Amino acid sequence: MKKLLTPLAFAMALGAASAAQALEGDAKAGQQAAAVCTSCHQPDGGGMNIAGGQSWPRLAGLDADYLYKQLRDIKAGSRQSPVMMPFVSMLNEQQMRDVAVYYSQLPATAGKGGEQASAEDLAHGEKLATVGDWERYIVPCQSCHGPGNLGVGGQFPALAGQHAGYIADQLRAWKNGTRDNDPLHLMLAIAERMDEKDIRAVSQWLSRQPAK
Amino acid sequence: MNIPFVKLSAAIAVGLLSLNATAADVRFPVDMPKPKEGQLVHVPPTMDDLEKSQLHPELKRVIRRGHDLFMNTQQLRGKNVFNNMNCSSCHMGEGRLPFAGPVWPAAVTLPDFRPKNNHVNNLEERIAGCFSYSMNGTPPAYGSDDMLALSAYHQWLAKGVEMYPSAPIYGRGYPKLNDPQQKPDYKRGKQVYEAKCSLCHSNDGSGLVQNGKVVFPAVWGDNSYNWGAGIARTFTLAAFVKHNMPLGQRGTLSDQEAWDVAYYIDTQERPQDPRYTGNVKETRAKYDATFHKATNYGLTVNGKLLGDHDNTGSKPFLKPEALKPRTFTAE
Ligand code: HEC
Ligand code: HEC
Ligand code: HEC
Ligand code: HEC
Repeated sequence: MKKLLTPLAFAMALGAASAAQALEGDAKAGQQAAAVCTSCHQPDGGGMNIAGGQSWPRLAGLDADYLYKQLRDIKAGSRQSPVMMPFVSMLNEQQMRDVAVYYSQLPATAGKGGEQASAEDLAHGEKLATVGDWERYIVPCQSCHGPGNLGVGGQFPALAGQHAGYIADQLRAWKNGTRDNDPLHLMLAIAERMDEKDIRAVSQWLSRQPAK
Repeated sequence: MNIPFVKLSAAIAVGLLSLNATAADVRFPVDMPKPKEGQLVHVPPTMDDLEKSQLHPELKRVIRRGHDLFMNTQQLRGKNVFNNMNCSSCHMGEGRLPFAGPVWPAAVTLPDFRPKNNHVNNLEERIAGCFSYSMNGTPPAYGSDDMLALSAYHQWLAKGVEMYPSAPIYGRGYPKLNDPQQKPDYKRGKQVYEAKCSLCHSNDGSGLVQNGKVVFPAVWGDNSYNWGAGIARTFTLAAFVKHNMPLGQRGTLSDQEAWDVAYYIDTQERPQDPRYTGNVKETRAKYDATFHKATNYGLTVNGKLLGDHDNTGSKPFLKPEALKPRTFTAE
C-alpha cells in the first residue's frame, strides 16, 4: 500500500514545533473507509448544519493531526459522542490515520447556520473572536485558533466556516463536561466563561467567515 | 476632581473581576487579585466608548491608528520592529488589563525620573524604550504620526484619572511575586516549560509563525526581546507569567513554578543589549545596579557565558539613535 504524507509544504508552515510529525496515512484507503461516514459528513466532507438538532461537523480541509486526535479521543471516551462511537469503533488505528488524511485533503466548504444572525449578534461574535472580552477573561478565539480563525497546526482547529450549530454544541459540551480532551484544558477555560448569548453570537459569526 | 469617577470605576472593576471567582462549578476561575484598600482602580475606556465619545473626529482617527499599531505592531516590521512582538504580546487585553502591564499609568505618571536611563522621561520616551528593548527595534521619530497615534491611545486609556495620582495604582505593571521559597532552578523550569508552554511557544522558544503571520511570539532567540528588555529581569518575567500564562489560565502556576520557568527562559540566548560596550561583563557591571542585577546577562549558566556575542537578531544595528543620555540644561 502506498503511504502518502500530508503535504510537506503544509507541515513546514507549522514551523519547527510540529514539522516532524506529519501524520502518515493513505488518502485513497481513507476514502474507502469513509464510505460509512458520508451519510452524515457528506460526500464532500462538508457535514451539515441542523437547526434545533445535533449538527454534523465539516471535516473537509481540517488538519489531519487534529482529526486523527479527535477520532482517538472519541474512541477513548475523553470526548463523549454516542453518535460517533459506533463509527470510530469500526476503524482500526491505520484507518483512523487514513480517513484523517483523506478529509484533510478535501477542499474546505462553507459554514452554515449564521444566515439569520442579527446585526447585534454578529457584532458581539466578531468582538469575541477577534478582540475577546478580557473583563470576563474570554481570550480572543484567534489568539489560539490563528489569524482569520483558520486553525494553527494540529492542536488548534479551524473555526472559520465551521457550522454554527456544531460550534455551539462543542462549546456546550465543554461546559457540561462531555468534551474533556483539550490539551492543558486550554479550551475548557475559555468555554466555561461563555454564556448562551456569547455562544450563539460567536458561533454564528464564525460560521460566516471564509474557510480558506 | 474625578474622585466620583474613580470610585465608580472601582465598583465596576470589583464587580467584573470577581465575576468568576464565586462560581463554584468553574474549573478555571479567573481569581484576579482584589484591589487593596486605598489603591487607585481605573477601568480604561474601550474602543466602543471612543466611537460614542464627543472627541474631535480627527482625534478619534489618530487614537484608532494608535490602537491598531498597539495590537498589530508587526505592520512596522523592518522599520521599527525587528522581532515577532506586538505591544499587545506583553501588554495584554489591548493594554487595558491589570496585572498584564496596563499602559495608561504612564500617561498620568510621566514626565518622571527613570533610573534605567537616569533622566526625566516623557510618554514618548517611555514608548521609545519598549521599541528599543522589548521590540528589539528603533522607535518612530518623536512627534511623528505613529508616535503621536501611540501616545494618544495611551492617553485616551487614562481618561478621567488625575495627573500624578498619589494613590498606588491597582495592577500596575506585573506586580511582583513573593520571593521564591527555593532558588529558581533550570531543570524544574524546563519541566514547567515543556509541560505548559512549549505547545504554543515551541520547544526552542521561537513561538510559531504561520503563513508569514506571528501566531505565538518568541520567548527567546533571534525573534524575541533583547537582553536589555524589562522582562529579561527574572522577577518581571516570573510575575508576567504567573499573572498571564498559560494563555487564558492566569494564576494557575504556583509562584515557585513561575520563578522556575522564568529562570529557564531567561537563561536562553536572545539579541544583544543595545547598550553593549563590546564586552558583556563590562556592560553588565555598568548597568548592574539599575538593571542587570536581576538578569542572567554576563553570567555563566550551564558552562555558557550568556550575552557574549554580537548577535542583534534581525536588527541590522546595535543601538537606536533615540537611546541618548539627556542632560537637562534649562536655566
Ligand atoms: C450518524 C452521523 C455520523 C456518522 C455516520 C459519522 N459521524 Fe462523525 N460526527 C458526527 C457528529 C454528530 C459529530 C460531533 C460529535 C460530538 O461532539 O458529539 C461528529 C464528529 C466527528 C469528528 C470530529 C470533528 C471535529 O471537528 O472535531 C470526526 C473526525 C468525525 N466525526 C469523523 C467521522 C468518520 C471518520 C466517520 C465514519 C467512519 C464518521 N465521523 C461518521 C456524526 C456522524
Ligand atoms: C487558549 C487557547 C484557546 C482559545 C483562546 C480558544 N480556543 Fe477553542 N480550542 C482550543 C484548543 C486547544 C482546541 C482543540 C481541543 C482538542 O484538541 O480537542 C479548541 C477547539 C475548539 C472547538 C472545537 C472545534 C472542532 O472542530 O471540534 C471550538 C468550537 C472552539 N475551540 C471554539 C472557540 C471559540 C469560539 C473561542 C473564542 C471565544 C475559542 N475557541 C478560543 C484552544 C483555544
Ligand atoms: C516583551 C514584552 C514587552 C513588549 C513587547 C512591550 N512592552 Fe511595554 N513594558 C514591558 C515591561 C516589562 C514594562 C515594565 C513593567 C513594570 O514596570 O514592571 C513595560 C512598560 C511599558 C510602559 C509603562 C507602563 C507604566 O506602568 O508606566 C509603557 C507605556 C509601555 N510599556 C508601552 C509599550 C508599547 C507602546 C509597546 C509596543 C511598541 C510595548 N510596550 C511593548 C514589556 C513589554
Ligand atoms: C495557548 C497558547 C499559549 C500557551 C500554552 C502559553 N502561551 Fe505565552 N503567549 C501566548 C500568546 C498568544 C502570547 C501573546 C499575548 C497576546 O497576544 O495576547 C503569549 C505571550 C507570552 C510572553 C510575552 C511575549 C514573549 O514572547 O516573550 C511570554 C514571556 C510567555 N507568553 C510565556 C509563556 C510561558 C512561560 C508559558 C507557560 C507557563 C506560556 N507562555 C504558555 C500563547 C501561549
